[in-house]
Amino acid sequence: MAKHSALERLQLLGRAGIDVIGAMGRSGITLMHVLFGRRGAGTGWHLLVRQLYFVGVLSLAIIVVSGLFIGMVLALQGYTILVDFGSEQAVGQMVALTLLRELGPVVTALLFAGRAGSALTAEIGNMKSTEQLSSLEMIGVDPLKYIIAPRLWAGFISMPLLSAIFTVVGIWGGAMVAVDWLGVYEGSYWGNMIASVDFHKDVINGMIKSVVFAFVVTWIAVFQGYDCVPNSEGISRATTRTVVYASLAVLGLDFVLTALMFGDF
Amino acid sequence: MRTRALELSVGLFILAGIAALLLLALRVSGLTLGGQDNTYTLYANFDNVAGLTTRGKVTMAGVTVGKVQKITLDHDSFMGRVELAIDKQVDNLPTDTTASIVTAGLLGEKYISLSVGGEDDVLAHNDEIYDTQSSLVLEELIGKFLMNSVNTND
Repeated sequence: MAKHSALERLQLLGRAGIDVIGAMGRSGITLMHVLFGRRGAGTGWHLLVRQLYFVGVLSLAIIVVSGLFIGMVLALQGYTILVDFGSEQAVGQMVALTLLRELGPVVTALLFAGRAGSALTAEIGNMKSTEQLSSLEMIGVDPLKYIIAPRLWAGFISMPLLSAIFTVVGIWGGAMVAVDWLGVYEGSYWGNMIASVDFHKDVINGMIKSVVFAFVVTWIAVFQGYDCVPNSEGISRATTRTVVYASLAVLGLDFVLTALMFGDF
Repeated sequence: MRTRALELSVGLFILAGIAALLLLALRVSGLTLGGQDNTYTLYANFDNVAGLTTRGKVTMAGVTVGKVQKITLDHDSFMGRVELAIDKQVDNLPTDTTASIVTAGLLGEKYISLSVGGEDDVLAHNDEIYDTQSSLVLEELIGKFLMNSVNTND
């Protein structure tokens, strides 16, 4: 690294700060334009359905498989610990509460950032670098409406659904291991689960988390693509940033949301 | 045809997501669509409700018939006042029903067990169960046991 005088260092720090704040401002403006901008040419349901397919349906496989294995591992681990205390009946409620409150929304968001978020960033970044976005503007179609908005909405809609599917599959996988393999009594697995899971406290709060994560992950992914430096290095950096920022944002927000929801203060 | 398959799969995906949500609501959290209509409220005062929690179950002959709604301290008598939500189907509890706090297993969760009495009159909404048995506190039992063993040594 070249030698800098103290003044130059201060200038570098200032430039970095301005860059960060500028990026935040641009991302906010982009989001507002997409969500509340005037509907014009090039908007329509068929675009949204197409993106729902790419973002939602194609993510189903990874969500179902990881949900199944995470539920099975939770049941297995929970059983080996709980059996020492003679309370292996509680394995159902443990699996259900863990998945509903934490793992369902969080793991879905992390997988979604890796599977769909990175693809969104790369796709939009590539469109920008091959000047497809500028061409759209030239023929009078707003790329924010035609390209960005359907992808953003597809993310918002599909992630809570994916999270619900993840949780259901996980609970079913847990039942498979606990009941069919380890021999926990089926009635106490489901009975304890129903007795301890509260609809408002657990199911609704889990869904709220998942909606917030959907918003944050898709927003980051779409904005990183739209704002990237339009060359191959820029696209690869933007894709990396999407996964890193989205994962960090999800984990940080998860703590804040958990504290607000279950913190009792 | 390509678009049709795509739209069909998206429709299936949305349906699966909504079905999963419903399953979570109805089968996992035990939410009933009828709302609060199918239970009625009884009260019981206990000397000691240590270990009992809200949403704990209320059983009769081992069958779950309701749950603990609320636990408060009775202002005048300094007893623990427990509000029970009992299924509407169990509407024939005699007025001298006994409510006792028992433990599932040695160290498991505390729940309330009801045992029937012999009266002809039945408990109605907002009635109180007078015959109660408090929860068993392990430390008190050990204390008593120690006192007894000291006394016998004298």
